[in-house]
Amino acid sequence: MEDLLFYLFAFVVIGSASVVVLSKNIMYSAFSLLFTFFGVAGLYVLLFADFVALTQIMVYIGGILVLIIFGVLLTTKITGVDIKSGTTGKVQLITASVVVVIIAISLILLFTNVEWVNQEFVQPNTTIDSIGFAFMTKYLLPFEIAAVLLLIALVGATLIARRK
Amino acid sequence: MTETLWLLIEVGVKALFIISMILSAAAVLVYSERKVSAFIQNRIGPNRVGPVGVLQPFADVLKLFMKEDLVPRAADRRFHSLAPIISLGVAISVYSVIPFAHYVQIGERIIYMGIAPNVNVGYLFILALTSVGVYGVTLAGWSSNNKYSLLGGLRSSAQMISYELSMGLSIIGVFMLAGSFSLNDIVLQQEGLRWNIFLQPLGFIIFLVATFAETNRAPFDLPEAEPELVGGYNTEYSGMKFGMFFLAEYANMATASAIISLLYLGGWQLPFSYNLIGLEAGSVSLAIVQFLCFLLKILVLCFFFIWVRWTVPRFRYDQLMNLGWRKLLPLALLNIVLTGIAMMIWG
Repeated sequence: MEDLLFYLFAFVVIGSASVVVLSKNIMYSAFSLLFTFFGVAGLYVLLFADFVALTQIMVYIGGILVLIIFGVLLTTKITGVDIKSGTTGKVQLITASVVVVIIAISLILLFTNVEWVNQEFVQPNTTIDSIGFAFMTKYLLPFEIAAVLLLIALVGATLIARRK
Repeated sequence: MTETLWLLIEVGVKALFIISMILSAAAVLVYSERKVSAFIQNRIGPNRVGPVGVLQPFADVLKLFMKEDLVPRAADRRFHSLAPIISLGVAISVYSVIPFAHYVQIGERIIYMGIAPNVNVGYLFILALTSVGVYGVTLAGWSSNNKYSLLGGLRSSAQMISYELSMGLSIIGVFMLAGSFSLNDIVLQQEGLRWNIFLQPLGFIIFLVATFAETNRAPFDLPEAEPELVGGYNTEYSGMKFGMFFLAEYANMATASAIISLLYLGGWQLPFSYNLIGLEAGSVSLAIVQFLCFLLKILVLCFFFIWVRWTVPRFRYDQLMNLGWRKLLPLALLNIVLTGIAMMIWG
């Protein structure tokens, strides 16, 4: 049952991700990212990381992807040219393929060469508690720094938007 | 394996029940909206189909099914038909974490009344899904290739994103009191008349306003403001595709009422102890009484939604954004601080 679900989600992720890369229409690429993020969230759920899965949906689908899609929606007609990802030349195609192959090979090498330790698995009752405690105790400083960084970005964005 | 099979059957039965509930709820809501609006505007309202017009929604659905499905030539066909599916799908899937009553015990087996009411990320799931709901509207607006649709879609998504924030922040007080995101835990904590509406009045008001904006209902129905936008994001839709948007809107209204009653009005809890009317925990009759109690709360809230729509005039766009960002958001933050202080003092 779990294997079946895993392959289903993996298929969704890989299929939609290839549409993202291969589609000529940038709107299609942007929208298939939606399914990629969903599939990844499903994989998180299978790993008992329910909180991470929902945060993934809220942050990536509810926030970042909306921004990307707004960007595509509102800028396609401004320049007078249809934004098509197919306009990239052969040079980019070849370099991109080389980089992808190198990354894939190194990942496969990593996967086969490292001796993975199988820890005994205890299904946690709730993951929210432990994440919250970790944030507020051991990782308080990085958490606060990230928060301040985001605040700075927020204020900066407002400032840039206001200047116009 | 048999355990998995039983689980699948149980979930299937519950899902069928919930979907039929949503469809009938939409019919009831459409009818009552037309009747209540007629009453408020001093008209008679639908009175031709069936006695006092009760069969009107069914006639409407039949009409929608019979209609030709028009797709504009310049529209993007794939997304044009995907958009209503996303809208309705999101509206229905939210119900998977909503508890309708506590539980029924049959022999050793405890059956909870809801598909996954105890999941500990319950409310986060709803928040995540509402953020997906934005896509149905945006897609519909963009794929129609029509100015009014696009404007409606953009307005709607901007509005939903803005109000999601105050909505999410306003209920943190409830989570602090319950110590859990699970909707069943939140309901259990509001036993008797310890409803969150009394403990969290400020949070309740913010949440209520944000919900009106999230569901695109009047006075925040700018996405479909007829005088300026023809019909908003669904202008280019006809037949059952339009019907699906329509259904999603009413399903969302029912969902919003259910969530408000779960978070602030005690959900399926009776206002008194169930021992008082001689029922046992886990019995079928208690579950039915709890369910009816929950349904009553939902219906009252739905009536409130309709009442507001026909009483309060529509906001202007800048007023809407001002209200969301300058008033509700700071108030929601204040609510968190106040709840924290109160919990420190009375702990």
